[in-house]
Amino acid sequence: MLALFYFFVAVAFAIGVWQVNKLLTYRVIFKEIKDGKKIITFENDNNPIATEKDNDIQGKLFLIFLVGFYLFMGYCLIYLHDLMLPDAASIEGEDYDNLYIITFWLIGIVQFITQALLYFFSYKYRGIKGRKATFFADSHKLELIWTTIPTVVLAVLILYGLSIWNDVTDLEGDEAIVVEVYAKQFAWEARYAGRDNELGRGNVRNISGANTMGIDMSDEHAADDIPVRELHLPVGKKVVFKFRSQDVLHSAYMPHFRAQMNCVPGMVTEFGFTPKYTTEEMRQQEDVILKVASVNAAREANGEEPYEFDYLLLCNKICGPSHYNMQMKIVVESEKDYLIWLNQQKTAKELF
Amino acid sequence: MSAHHHKETFVTKYIFSLDHKMISKQFLVTGMIMGVIGVLMSLLFRLQIAWPEHSFSIIEAFLPERFQSEAGVMKPDIYLALVTIHGTIMVFFVLTAGLSGTFSNLLIPLQIGARDMASGFMNCLSYWLFFISSVIMVISLFVQAGPASAGWTIYPPLSALPQAIPGSGTGMTLWLVSMAIFIAQSLIGSLNYIVTILNLRTKGMTMTRLPLTMWALFITAIIGVVSFPVLFSAALLLIFDRSFGTSFYLSDIFIGGEVLNYQGGSPVLFEHLFWFLGHPEVYIVLLPALGLTSEIISTNSRKPIFGYRAMIGSIMAIAFLSTIVWGHHMFISGMNPFLGSVFTFTTLLIAIPSAVKAFNYITTLWKGNLQFNPAMLFSIGLVSTFITGGLTGIVLGDSALDINVHDTYFVVAHFHLVMGVSAIYGMYAGIYHWFPKMYGRMMNKTLGYIHFWITAIAAYGVFFPMHFIGLAGLPRRYYTNTNFPLFDDLANVNQVMTVFALIGGAAQIVFLVNFFMSIYKGKVASQNPWRSNTLEWTTPVEHIHGNWPGEIPEVYRWPYDYSKVDENGEYIFGEDYIMQTVPLKAGEQES
Repeated sequence: MLALFYFFVAVAFAIGVWQVNKLLTYRVIFKEIKDGKKIITFENDNNPIATEKDNDIQGKLFLIFLVGFYLFMGYCLIYLHDLMLPDAASIEGEDYDNLYIITFWLIGIVQFITQALLYFFSYKYRGIKGRKATFFADSHKLELIWTTIPTVVLAVLILYGLSIWNDVTDLEGDEAIVVEVYAKQFAWEARYAGRDNELGRGNVRNISGANTMGIDMSDEHAADDIPVRELHLPVGKKVVFKFRSQDVLHSAYMPHFRAQMNCVPGMVTEFGFTPKYTTEEMRQQEDVILKVASVNAAREANGEEPYEFDYLLLCNKICGPSHYNMQMKIVVESEKDYLIWLNQQKTAKELF
Repeated sequence: MSAHHHKETFVTKYIFSLDHKMISKQFLVTGMIMGVIGVLMSLLFRLQIAWPEHSFSIIEAFLPERFQSEAGVMKPDIYLALVTIHGTIMVFFVLTAGLSGTFSNLLIPLQIGARDMASGFMNCLSYWLFFISSVIMVISLFVQAGPASAGWTIYPPLSALPQAIPGSGTGMTLWLVSMAIFIAQSLIGSLNYIVTILNLRTKGMTMTRLPLTMWALFITAIIGVVSFPVLFSAALLLIFDRSFGTSFYLSDIFIGGEVLNYQGGSPVLFEHLFWFLGHPEVYIVLLPALGLTSEIISTNSRKPIFGYRAMIGSIMAIAFLSTIVWGHHMFISGMNPFLGSVFTFTTLLIAIPSAVKAFNYITTLWKGNLQFNPAMLFSIGLVSTFITGGLTGIVLGDSALDINVHDTYFVVAHFHLVMGVSAIYGMYAGIYHWFPKMYGRMMNKTLGYIHFWITAIAAYGVFFPMHFIGLAGLPRRYYTNTNFPLFDDLANVNQVMTVFALIGGAAQIVFLVNFFMSIYKGKVASQNPWRSNTLEWTTPVEHIHGNWPGEIPEVYRWPYDYSKVDENGEYIFGEDYIMQTVPLKAGEQES
């Protein structure tokens, strides 16, 4: 790979030197001026200003570039589509996906039209000697059009976006399961609120021994809290996450649920969603099967074990040298299985 | 101007010069050196992310042994250091000082008709502070534990605690010192630019006869003065937290097996302060590029820029809005969701003046007589990447959609296209266009074409597919993605992107060779090679103190009288351009 790079560098350098040295290839030109006198000038054919021929070539190159760019964009849109995240695995994520699709169609159309205009005009109006450009300095009508249309379109996007934002960030009032997600360099921990569905206070000053999350055991809500190292969520029930960080900023990113929130030392942040599919159901989704197949094709080429889909929580805020390896598995299951699993876990009181 | 004709020594001419033209060249060359460092770093970490665990001789050669986990493989914290310094150097040293510093200094006096900047001394001071801050930033690369590595946004606590990452020790201290000096140079420079544009315009040069370049540089300087001091205070408070035990940003931290003695601070405060500069900074980088491009597109289209007043209005609108949108970097920082709604609203408003600018550029090309000089190619390239990158801003500026793409490669693709590549294109366009004004010689055209086409293909080759790996959920700033089977199928996309990056990086050598050889061997320039209207092309090719040998010319018209015809359809003065110094002909309407 690197040899290729050295090769590029060498070629680039060689072209540079060769071209610049062409500047030195002056030719002696005899010019006749009036009353028969001759003068000698030195000229070279490397005119540093674009000639009509240059305009023609470069204009055509712009058209070729446009075609190439369209093909490249089309290739990315079609072939890279399978690599992208599957449909949202949370109820709230459905709205997210809708807004996402609307926005992408919109910007996609604008992109295809404006790039076409830009490069096509570059081709069509490439300079020709003697042609007059049109003196066209202003048009209030045109400017009004392209101020108004974006304004109206954006107004719609803003209103729809904000209504989703309000829904997603509104965590009041629901009978939600409360889970604390606790970040530290370079691992995740979690804590269920237990029987009273209220978390005991936490502060890093209480960290000692097995109490790695700094739970304040003098708080009456703390005893029934359940510290765990793997997240299990019941399908169809709203979960409200409370995030804390032990040391630096982290970000709890659960891409399949369209959920992300920073974990900030010294404060509690929150986010919530309702899982829509259990892990098993998700594995049967058509786009998940496609994605897993493409992952496994890549893994097979490297001689690695096949991969099975799991929900993940990963860190998405630079947090130190091992930022790239900070993850926790999330299992979504039926409420019955979830309760069985939860009852097997030890409470804080039992643990310490 | 007889006072200027004292004897010049080598030191006063080339080192501590007070002449704005020389200072602009100093800014440019320093910026280019920093640019080479910044780009090389990006190539090193692109190699790592595409072929993790692979041993590279170039890494073995470039990085000291203590930065390698095994021969030819960089350590994870050094990967982050490279990412951090790449961002810092490109944003501040290349695209702020290198771009704005070069062209503000070169063009402001020349285009408004002034003998020099309002204060030559402050101008000189500004450059030397920039030089010192560059030197300190480069020195920070060589400290024992490595340079700053908390990301160019240096969010505390990571940037405050050497226990959290080695780069937050001496490396971070030097980073902060370097940036504090950098901010001082930026303020001194900006004040000088503002005062010069307001006070030293020649007779007849009203504000609405200023070239758009001047407007862009003027507004850029104002945003800089408004927002850079806030970064200074943010950096100062961080220095306090790091060195004097205060708790502005730090609270309740347990690290390395002990609780630290901090309480009550919040990193969210730092995020607010940082992005209060950080977002306007995007426009500090971009607006000068758009200003240069406006000039170049108009000149090379042989047409007036379309919607001159709308362009000024949109520059102002962008500048104003840019100071009230910083919260869109913080939708998921834990700040109140209501604030998120407000920032979504203001952020998406920016799309309107941006759309006006893009459409005005495209309309300027329409029915033009396009002269494809290298500067023009880069300007068209800028409009293209500005649109591509700008459109994805509609996704990121919408708080609801931002949730899932925040801090993924989607963001990296977005800002590299809209401000990185666009601003670099603007800078290249400016260099190709004004090289004759700087060095009195022409750059090689063919090399310019080669440079543009390879760069254009490589830039889209790197950054267009990058959107998709971001949409696949791949977080940025990961040393390797191999710990997540979920991302295994993105590995070959990453490899393709790196190959494009290597090609694009190598293509810049074509430019460097062209630039440095043309200084000495380029064809001698004529006074007005691009047949342009603005005042800088009325000065002699040879640089003289005071810019014009005689009186400063008077201005009679706006700068965009290209292809202006009379009622018979003939050019008014027989040429397709009318310089600003030409008085109106009898019966001619001012445009």
